[in-house]
Parts: sequence; C-alpha cells; structure tokens
Amino acid sequence: MAVQLEFLRSILYFSGLGFAELESIKEFIFEKTVDRAEIVLLEGESAENLYFVASGVVKVFKTSVEGKEQILSIVRPGESFNDVPIFDGGLNPLSAQAMGPVLLYGIKRNDMEAIVKDHPQISLNIIKVLASRVRHLVSLVADLSFKHVIGRVAKILVEHIGGEMGRGPRLTQQEMAAMAGTAREVVGRSLKELEDAGAIKLDRHRIVITDKETLQKIVDVSY
Amino acid sequence: MAEMPVIDPQKCNGCGLCVSVCSCGALVIVNNVITIVTIVDCDWCTDCEAVCTTGAITCPFEIVIQKP
Repeated sequence: MAVQLEFLRSILYFSGLGFAELESIKEFIFEKTVDRAEIVLLEGESAENLYFVASGVVKVFKTSVEGKEQILSIVRPGESFNDVPIFDGGLNPLSAQAMGPVLLYGIKRNDMEAIVKDHPQISLNIIKVLASRVRHLVSLVADLSFKHVIGRVAKILVEHIGGEMGRGPRLTQQEMAAMAGTAREVVGRSLKELEDAGAIKLDRHRIVITDKETLQKIVDVSY
Repeated sequence: MAEMPVIDPQKCNGCGLCVSVCSCGALVIVNNVITIVTIVDCDWCTDCEAVCTTGAITCPFEIVIQKP
C-alpha cells in the first residue's frame, strides 16, 4: 500500500507543508504492519525509528519491576510515538504494543534529522506536538499520587453499590475517573489493585465487592 | 442474553477504531455506525471504550456485593 499524501498532510508534524514537500518527505517513509498484541518497541532498547499510526491503535506504556503496566497514552491514526528518543538520542523510555492490527509509517532517526534540516518549518510543529505531550504527562503525573486515588476509587464503589431491590447505577471507568478527579487509565489500574488486594472481583460488567471491610479500610486510610 | 457494551449511535463517527481493537469479534460497522454482535466471548476488556474518541461506546460496570 502506497503512503498516502493526504494522510501525511493530516499528521501534525507535517502541518502546513505543500504537496511537493510532502512528496520529498514520503521518500523517507517506510511501512510496517503489526499484528494484534505485537510489541512494536521495548522500553530500554535503542530507538531507531519515529512512528506514526496510519491505521489501528497502539498503546504506549511503562512496566514496573513487578510487572505492573501503566498506560501513558493511546496512539490513534495520525498521531506519533517514540518521538522523545529520536530527538534526544536516548533509549526507548516506553514500550509500545498494537491493540489490534496496525499499519505504521516509520522514519529512521537519521532521516528525520535530514527532514527537519531540509524543512525547518517542521520544527515548530514538532515543538507543539511535544509541548502537548508534556502537558498530558504532567496531568497524568499529578493523577498518579496513587495512594489517594485508590482510596477515592474505593469510596466511589462503596457509595454506588446496587441495592437489594434492583440494580444500582452503572458507572463507566470514565465516569469513575471524573468523580475521582483522575484519568481513566488510573481508574483501570486502581480496580486491578483493589482486586489484587482481595477487596473486589472483576466479573465482566460487574464489580463484585468480595470484602467490604477491606474496601472500607482502603477508603479510611486515604481520608 | 449476555451484557454487551452500550452504543450511542448519534455519537459514533464510524472511525472503526473500536472494531480494530476488539479481539472477540463483538463489533461491526453497519451503515457507518458501530453495531454490537452479542457474543459470549466478550470479556469486558473495555479496550473499545478506551480508544473511542467520541464516547459513543461505553462499558458501564454494575457494582454489587458478593452474597455470602
């Protein structure tokens, strides 16, 4: 499948460039097809390529020593990942995995440097992309004062238990995140932590409170 | 009938990202709008909700106490 110029135009990196410029940049782009669950990048490895998602979705995450995963962002068509190590020369700070079948457009590190030198207006686009990335990460770091968040999520569960006579209100993770003042990804991880603590069990669409006393203790510790 | 994710067709823009991440085949695009196929393999991973940019598909949780 040929790299589509119209699609390149929609990528923030290349915003404002004419078709002639995009044609010259296209020569540096290679395609990479990735299967569902395939690891595209591993944290700690040397970074060779900048990637843009052409179709599908990629999740970018860090893994703790204990194997816990923290998703930092979800990368959708038109968005990029692995920017930071390409520009600062360091190792991959994050891992990336395909959430379904994915088509990537890649640019090698040296080629990206040449592109920026030949088309300096791209620099401002890159700054804007990275600034937006920093803003998102600052917000996530603020949310990840984890001790408090898990207590807030536990409190939400305690306060929204379904009654005996009928079903209680149903909550999405996004709604719980809004109530807890945190990010959806942090709610997901909090639920897993509560399950590991034995306070709840995740059963498809149901959060089953298996130990209300433990859950309440988690609430009490955080307040 | 198994509980399935909830769709708001008015919010769906037919981008198909949810279909691409669904590993159990529960989602299809019909007339540019996402449609659920009821399927027992849906394990409520909520990836479809995570990738949706418009909030058109959601996976709400019911919170219950385990009976002794």
